[in-house]
Amino acid sequence: MEPATDVLNATDFVRYIDKTRAYYRHAGYVRDYRWAEFNDGPFTPLRKPVAESRVMLVSTASLVMLDEQGRPIEPPRVIGTNELEVFPVPSDLPVERLRSVSVDHDRVQTDMTDVDAYFPLTRLRELVAAGEIGSLAGEALRLLPNYSHRKVLQVDAPEVLRRAREQEVDAVLLSPV
Amino acid sequence: MSLVARHLEENGIPTVVYSVARDITERAFTPRAVFTNYPLGNPCGRPRDPENQRAILRTGLRLLEQAAAPGTLVETPYVWSDGRDWMRLIFSDEQPFLTPEAEAQRQAELERARQQKLARRQAGD
Repeated sequence: MEPATDVLNATDFVRYIDKTRAYYRHAGYVRDYRWAEFNDGPFTPLRKPVAESRVMLVSTASLVMLDEQGRPIEPPRVIGTNELEVFPVPSDLPVERLRSVSVDHDRVQTDMTDVDAYFPLTRLRELVAAGEIGSLAGEALRLLPNYSHRKVLQVDAPEVLRRAREQEVDAVLLSPV
Repeated sequence: MSLVARHLEENGIPTVVYSVARDITERAFTPRAVFTNYPLGNPCGRPRDPENQRAILRTGLRLLEQAAAPGTLVETPYVWSDGRDWMRLIFSDEQPFLTPEAEAQRQAELERARQQKLARRQAGD
């Protein structure tokens, strides 16, 4: 099946797969990273309008939660140190209480100080208030960027599913960083 | 992230992925995706531009309702900057992805994680 891409509007874009392969080979890595590749996929239709749906935000953004004085209340999470690398954030938390510790972004073009550009809790709460989204799940989720497909499929993804079901979520918005 | 989206869709939960990496998203046959040609780090809109962030989020919300088949990707019309140097410079010798300090720290963290994993294995955990 071909992706239903709107090719007429396609602009140029960065070929990250090719660029990172060349970049990391040059840096001395022996094995290329294998990006997930499929030519078909699963699909679930939305059962009711977004305006009546409960939505959950899930991101690989590296964020730590802060107390009201701006001090971190948790350690930065590091890939591979925990079996389960899914960490909730209350979806009513002001984004000023989150701080990026990401290095997985274009550090010249953007500095990650506006959390809503990648973990848009403020915008989502506005859309709920405006009636465009039914409600938000009580938790938004952070995942660590993970390079093991096995780990993602056997541990992280089932945990996201479990939490989404527990909170009776109708749709999930994913923001990879 | 597309693997998580696919797992959710397989199990009856619709998803939309906000992407700034079109090739990665398409290769994974992501069920529904919104692509914006912005630098890595801003999949949900331009920093300090709430109107732009709302517009990008809404594109995904519409896609949730309107997509009819898996592998549907829509591209938003927003342009990051007049110049396109950022597209050339990312992952180049001229602009290393990590600063030397961040690279050293990452290597140290990965090594620490490897050691912990090894220790857990040896403990029969």
